Amino acid sequence: MGLFDWFRTTQRNTAGTAKERLLIIVAQERAQRDSEDYLPTMKRELLEVIRKYIKVPESAVQVQLHRDGNEERLELTVSLPESKPL
Amino acid sequence: MSEIIVVTSGKGGVGKTTSSGSLACGLARRNKRVAVVDFDIGLRNLDLIMGCERRVVYDFVNVIQGDASLKQALIRDRRFDNLSILAASQTRDKDALSQEGVERVLEELKAEFDYVICDSPAGIERGAHLAMYFADHAIVVVNPEVSSVRDSDRVLGLLSSKSKRAEQGRGKIVEHLLLTRYAPDRVERGEMMSIKDVEDILGIKVLGVIPESPEVLQASNAGVPVIMDEQSKAGMAYDDAVARLLGEQRPLRFLEPEKKGFFQRLFRG
Repeated sequence: MGLFDWFRTTQRNTAGTAKERLLIIVAQERAQRDSEDYLPTMKRELLEVIRKYIKVPESAVQVQLHRDGNEERLELTVSLPESKPL
Repeated sequence: MSEIIVVTSGKGGVGKTTSSGSLACGLARRNKRVAVVDFDIGLRNLDLIMGCERRVVYDFVNVIQGDASLKQALIRDRRFDNLSILAASQTRDKDALSQEGVERVLEELKAEFDYVICDSPAGIERGAHLAMYFADHAIVVVNPEVSSVRDSDRVLGLLSSKSKRAEQGRGKIVEHLLLTRYAPDRVERGEMMSIKDVEDILGIKVLGVIPESPEVLQASNAGVPVIMDEQSKAGMAYDDAVARLLGEQRPLRFLEPEKKGFFQRLFRG
């Protein structure tokens, strides 16, 4: 550090800030990437299981992943076909 | 057994083409047969870095579309007989590269060369995807800077899932990290992330660290890849990276700030 730097305001360690920010965002983006990878396969397999018992169209199964802060919630909606009156 | 190496990054301007040119020359200098291919369709630049821009007659797209043979399109390097360049096309048609076409050209290149280096365009669109899809090795070029590091992580994710190797279950692309524009003095002052910082974030070790140096710009001005400047730190650092790529053990160098004289210190030279 040069002599004249003494008169400047003390430098912050911005490299440290950069590292902290990146560690967080990269972890978050990786989690998203990995979870998005298994969703289509899971949806297909769920559909197969449901179809063993109930006859439903492909659109009947909806899978959604919700995130609130640290909490993750998997929402699974299965719309059953209208039951025929007896 | 020849290998395909993609040089990629996500973010633009981090030194992909500079690195492709130098790595190609470095491998050629070690008597490997090397072809270096510019995948940046519409924004041809590898020819300038290699210094052969006035010798481009046919390009990658001409070969894919059958307007020229690969032999006609390859430009033999003036420095090394065993090094050839395939220039990118200047066409604005982004779909000029077809997956089948790229595969055919790469297969043909593999028959003739030990290493095929694919210089990827920036971004994660079609051109970048095709440049990495057939690769065996990937060199991810990264600057110690927030957007570059984040983009590299994105690219590392794509490399592990969107490659022919991965899809065929032939194992993953071998990933290497090349840290460029590294300024040890700024790292020491806490202004720039260190090698360890970048390695910690991305979770892989560096293959090489290229110090920020004026010779890189001078080399591109002259059309002579910086690795040919054996006096320059950047040139030596690229040579180390090539050696490590071939399995040699070499310690990293040029990681300490240069000692400055009294007056330089006084006036922040």
